[in-house]
Amino acid sequence: MSGMVGGLHAQQHGQTYYESNPATREARWVKWGILAVALTFFALFLLLPLLAVFTEALRKGYTAYWEAIAQPDTLSAITLTLIATLIAIPLNVAFGVTAAWSISKFDFRGKQLLKTLIDLPFSVSPVVAGLMYVLVFGVNGWFGKWLTAHDMTVIFAVPGIVLATVFVTFPFVARELIPLMEAQGNEAEEAAVSLGASGWQTFWLVTLPNIKWGLLYGVILCNARAMGEFGAVSVVSGHLRGQTVTLPLQVEILYNEYQFSAAFAVASLLALLALATLAIKLYVERRTT
Amino acid sequence: MAYTRTAHSATSGVIPGFGLSLGYTLVYMSLLVLIPMSAIFIKASAQSLPEFWATITAPPVVASYRVSFLTSLLAAAINVVFGSLLAWSLVRYNFWGKRLVDALIDLPFALPTAVAGITLSALYAQNGWIGSLLAPYGVKVAFTPLGILVALTFIGLPFVVRTIQPILQDLSPEFEEAAATLGARRWQTFRHVILPALLPAILTGFALAFARAVGEYGSVIFIAGNVPMVSEITPLLIITRLDQFDIAGATAIAAVMLVVSFILLFLINGLQHWTARRSSYLSGEDGV
Repeated sequence: MSGMVGGLHAQQHGQTYYESNPATREARWVKWGILAVALTFFALFLLLPLLAVFTEALRKGYTAYWEAIAQPDTLSAITLTLIATLIAIPLNVAFGVTAAWSISKFDFRGKQLLKTLIDLPFSVSPVVAGLMYVLVFGVNGWFGKWLTAHDMTVIFAVPGIVLATVFVTFPFVARELIPLMEAQGNEAEEAAVSLGASGWQTFWLVTLPNIKWGLLYGVILCNARAMGEFGAVSVVSGHLRGQTVTLPLQVEILYNEYQFSAAFAVASLLALLALATLAIKLYVERRTT
Repeated sequence: MAYTRTAHSATSGVIPGFGLSLGYTLVYMSLLVLIPMSAIFIKASAQSLPEFWATITAPPVVASYRVSFLTSLLAAAINVVFGSLLAWSLVRYNFWGKRLVDALIDLPFALPTAVAGITLSALYAQNGWIGSLLAPYGVKVAFTPLGILVALTFIGLPFVVRTIQPILQDLSPEFEEAAATLGARRWQTFRHVILPALLPAILTGFALAFARAVGEYGSVIFIAGNVPMVSEITPLLIITRLDQFDIAGATAIAAVMLVVSFILLFLINGLQHWTARRSSYLSGEDGV
């Protein structure tokens, strides 16, 4: 997306439009000064940490790296992370699509408030999010007695982890789809309906093809956050090894046990996931602009 | 039903599914977000007022507000400076590796916070790549409040860059051309034309970075050292209260944090409206 302006007006010598236009050009030393400061900051704060994850992970060699990843606790953490993610994504896709449908296709009172409320989980501290579910489902919580009586546990068990994951990833899909569907307007759907299509047919055959890239974008962001969530999951997990430990929590456990290389080995898996997320994101952005 | 009918009349009224989609949206949101969130306030209000007040104004808690607030403020300010320069570089200049830089700006969004936390503390520890360069000057970053600042700067950077970048891209060069024609020097054009145009976006980016930083937990706890009264952030205190089975205490502090979140959310909403209005005015009709 960036460089669109520069791309459209690309001049010789790889200059942007701004650089070739005397009215929007800075003195050479100003330009190099800005670039030097900006890129130094970039290298220090983004590039270096990225390199450090992999360097630290491989510090004790490939054998130790694989051992750290192949140990049963790590494997069960991978499984749990996948379970929580695979539940969170479809739930939040269904929510995102229905919320975007109601907000973009219809006018109603309180729409702006609804949009604000959808963003709410982004502004709540993950720790507070975890605590909410403890208050509702914990032993002394609203449903604690009932859950105990029925021999069920939510907090310090897998359901709590799933709930916390669903909460922190709640807005991602809706947030991508609402502006997209608002911008697309209603003409295509109105045409389909007046030609005799049912509501579902209209959605599957008309709306969905138009929003598929936005939907994918939302799913990618949702996926990254679901797999990487730490604070909220940490509160409801109880850190029971092999049972309620997700990948980020496994990183914490190994790190606190001074198994630094193992911690970074597991962390490098999550860093690879982050890089894959950025790559897919870039691909989707290319397809849509 | 009457509600449904008004809703339909706003459009041409043929698209179905209003009741179903809005109903599902509201039920799902209430079950997952609104009801659990209300649990914080309901549990907090079950305490007597003096008890609640004593919890949220206890010296370690007040110290944590100070740490969280100041480091978040400073981190957001640092990000405004360097994030603006990065956004400016990405929009205005071509340089080698620009696409890579642009893509990696989002790294803090995609990288799990725990990974960021252990990595930054490894980098800034006394024997780390950066820490060992600073150690001879007596500067300690990891396990001090400076470490918190580093972590919060890391996680906040994309908010600032990604808020300013699109506004800068849409800013029509005609304004700068007009300024130049009228004899303005480049610095004057920047000061009186570009900066006012970017101001709403800069403030929005600042607020977003600040809001994220205040609630941040994962990346901070590994590098903070978590010394009581010195480098404990407020979210950590909620965790310590919970670990001591002091649920009332945890809830009281969480209620304070939620109120701050609400205030920030509405502030950011207002700022975003301002940014959108200002931008549509300044981008000109045909863009660039």
